[in-house]
Amino acid sequence: MLTAQWLYAMTGCLIVALGLRTALLHAVLLHRLIGVNVMGAGVFLMLIAVAYRGPGVAPDPVPHALVLTGIVVAVSATALVLALARRLTGEQDNG
Amino acid sequence: MNTTAVHVLDILLIISLLSLAAAALLTSDARRSVILFMAFGLVLAVAWGRLHAPDVALAEAAIGAGLSGALLLAALREQPRRALSGDAKPVRERERERTSIDVTLQLTVTLLCVAVAALLVWALAEAFDRGPQDTLAQAVSETLAASGVSNPVTAILLNFRAYDTLLELAVLLTAVLGILALGPARPGYQAAGPVFDSLVRWLVPVLILTAGYLLWVGAHAPGGAFQAGATLAAAAVVLRLAGHRTAGLPAGQTLHLVIAAGVGMFLLVGLSLLVLGRPFLGYPPAWAGGLILLIESAAMLAIAATLVLAFLGGRPQPAAGLSGEKRQC
Repeated sequence: MLTAQWLYAMTGCLIVALGLRTALLHAVLLHRLIGVNVMGAGVFLMLIAVAYRGPGVAPDPVPHALVLTGIVVAVSATALVLALARRLTGEQDNG
Repeated sequence: MNTTAVHVLDILLIISLLSLAAAALLTSDARRSVILFMAFGLVLAVAWGRLHAPDVALAEAAIGAGLSGALLLAALREQPRRALSGDAKPVRERERERTSIDVTLQLTVTLLCVAVAALLVWALAEAFDRGPQDTLAQAVSETLAASGVSNPVTAILLNFRAYDTLLELAVLLTAVLGILALGPARPGYQAAGPVFDSLVRWLVPVLILTAGYLLWVGAHAPGGAFQAGATLAAAAVVLRLAGHRTAGLPAGQTLHLVIAAGVGMFLLVGLSLLVLGRPFLGYPPAWAGGLILLIESAAMLAIAATLVLAFLGGRPQPAAGLSGEKRQC
């Protein structure tokens, strides 16, 4: 096991916990959304750390492909949430 | 580079990541939170570059930090005093009430999150104890020569696990259909002044060229449809900020075709291969490179259109009726 790999993976765990806490506890939607995004970033960091094989060795490309997919899905989900929130506030203003 | 220098860089990156994440999550000012989140994304991209994941680092810098941040800022610009940003007084008060009442809840959730982190650490420790599991990585490197590309990440995304990418594009399509169904786009921006305008005239062609380069280079080096699509979308966002209402998107039917292009081209190739007696998306090795480039080109356009529509926040408005076009911030 490599020290760098271990350090980054642990950082990922901490970031997941930080994001989860905000996503669950914050009252404001935008902060919750950022919390979910930070949580996702933590998961990605864990995966990338797991894929690392040390200097001069090619990393495992499978987690990299997973994370690429994850990044794109995360941004589209964020966009959909923002569109839903916008519609929701619009409805509340009208009604 | 010697070992000590690498370790100093690691420690600096990790401290920056943790403090930026904490700062983005703990500030009560929404705008500051978004900007800190973008900075966090950029540092994360650097960390991934250091962990030998350049493909992912490119995508994170362009999409995770860049476009997500642009989306969140555009949402904030529209509703600076509404529930979304937390600036509105009733929400503030409600929030304060909640914090005072639910101390127990806060404590419980915090403990729960600590437990989740501990569980993750334990799971990772178990995984690291067993040593690297390279079965899949070996399978990838053994069959890479027959995949049509030499970048393993592109080979996985477009060949070995093409089903996943097809379904990912379907997820994008679903999201963009939801956005289109929810209403019209946000109001546009003021036309750019002369300085910004001349910058746009340089920047947009350079971004489009970069997108084309990233698409092409993805076959053998970091890059590919996602990074290229994000760069193309960045060009459209710049156009939009300079006052171009539709951000360079085509109108009507053409737009619908572009949005569906990724899934459509994937299905077309897959079904044609079925007709020719191959498995669904099982490319013949001799054609694989060309087919992957074909699918990636369509996917790049679809991804770019999706991301731009996400930034617009709804159906693009026709150019007529400029009365609503006032800058709000």
